[in-house]
Amino acid sequence: MLNVKDILLNPIFNENPIGLQILGICSALAVTTKMSVALVMCIALTLVTAFSNLFISLVRNRIPNSIRIIVQMTIIASLVIVVDQILGAVAYEISKQLTVFVGLIITNCIVMGRAEAFAMHNPPGLSFLDGIGNGLGYSAVLMMIASIRELFGSGSLFGIEILPLVTNGGWYTPMGLMLLPPSAFFIIGLLIWALRSWKTEQLEQPDHEIGGHTALSRI
Amino acid sequence: MSDTPQYDKDSIKNVLLVAITVCFVCAVVVSGAAVLLKSERLANKALDRNKNILIVAGLFEQGVTREEEIEGLFNEFEIRVVDLDEQRLLSDEEVEQAGIDVLKYDQRKAAKNSEMSMELSPEEDLASINRRARYSIVYLLNKNGKLDRIVLPIHGYGLWSTLYGFIALHGDGNTVSGITFYEQQETAGLGGEIDNPAWKALWPGKQIYGPDHQVALRVIKGTVDSRSANAKHQVDGLSGASITGRGVQNLIGYWLGDSAFGPVLRDLSGRG
Repeated sequence: MLNVKDILLNPIFNENPIGLQILGICSALAVTTKMSVALVMCIALTLVTAFSNLFISLVRNRIPNSIRIIVQMTIIASLVIVVDQILGAVAYEISKQLTVFVGLIITNCIVMGRAEAFAMHNPPGLSFLDGIGNGLGYSAVLMMIASIRELFGSGSLFGIEILPLVTNGGWYTPMGLMLLPPSAFFIIGLLIWALRSWKTEQLEQPDHEIGGHTALSRI
Repeated sequence: MSDTPQYDKDSIKNVLLVAITVCFVCAVVVSGAAVLLKSERLANKALDRNKNILIVAGLFEQGVTREEEIEGLFNEFEIRVVDLDEQRLLSDEEVEQAGIDVLKYDQRKAAKNSEMSMELSPEEDLASINRRARYSIVYLLNKNGKLDRIVLPIHGYGLWSTLYGFIALHGDGNTVSGITFYEQQETAGLGGEIDNPAWKALWPGKQIYGPDHQVALRVIKGTVDSRSANAKHQVDGLSGASITGRGVQNLIGYWLGDSAFGPVLRDLSGRG
């Protein structure tokens, strides 16, 4: 039997969905220019993952194999629409900034991945916690990336100015690159490197070794 | 639960049953949420638009004015309809005849409706919007019997997205009192800086029209030289966002030009 604490905490460092499973990279690039936006995205994704896991797990013994993916998608898509509606009613300002990205939670590999890998084989309570755990793992990485990008790209954290910008009469010239999607790739790459240097069991065996230089070896 | 041997979850019957049940339950949940939250969403949208109108007219101070005051302040505005084909303000009767409810009229929807909009020719279409609605709502603020502020809705294409905003002019129909963009998806930190208060603060006091009554306002590259004769017609560009800047310049050129609000502004301000 899986331990509740492991299910909740493992995805944060040991089996991080972004760091180890390399899932959900797409939205990690898109919504990490500002911490406030990233935070709302994290909450939305965590809720969707948790509840989709819960509902899918509840009906897992009834879902026919032939249509299981589409049933999962339908449940996930409905939850995403509900989250989008709630955001529009409660946090209008932020929902305007997230617009398309909330809709894209549907295609976020983490949600589908956990539904298929965990919720289809485990009871509802544990599945719900697994969803929360993976959501938190995703959130931890997203918030790290967002803090780096916002601090160096806009000189602020959560919109509060930390490094006074030249444009506002300070000394810090923002790094424009940080605000463009490629910077998130670099930061994710560096984070994965750091994570795998710390937790060496996450290193993958190389699939392929480059052979010796054949042209030179003949001489 | 249902893991008894006689229950075959892969039978055709069960496939159909599960598919139909899931669709039905999900449809009820989704439409339920949409219906329950609809009024809140619409109210938020209207509040946001009214707030932007107040901000652009300089009546809403961030951090000072409270959300609850928006409605009262907004009610001071006179809401009028402009017929952009005939380029004049409509009277209340004409508005009624045209079947427009000023509080509900959606210019964006109208622009997609071929009966309520017209296609722009490429030469005319400075703002890259393809179609323009026939009617547009404008907001007028009178003070002591004199026209004080004119708020016009504007939109046009930037780099990635259509920018939707408002520009407010003083009663002379020429001097800018403010500009705001309430909807845009430009690159955050680069083109998205058109929403930065520091940049928007460069606009008040600028003059739209040159001596020949043509739109002279330009978003230039770099910083405006305040000694230059044209400084009152120029706004600093945003570094790293020249295309968004050009988009802003073009949409102002279009909406305040002769083919859109230009003649209406001349009438309103009493300039020849």
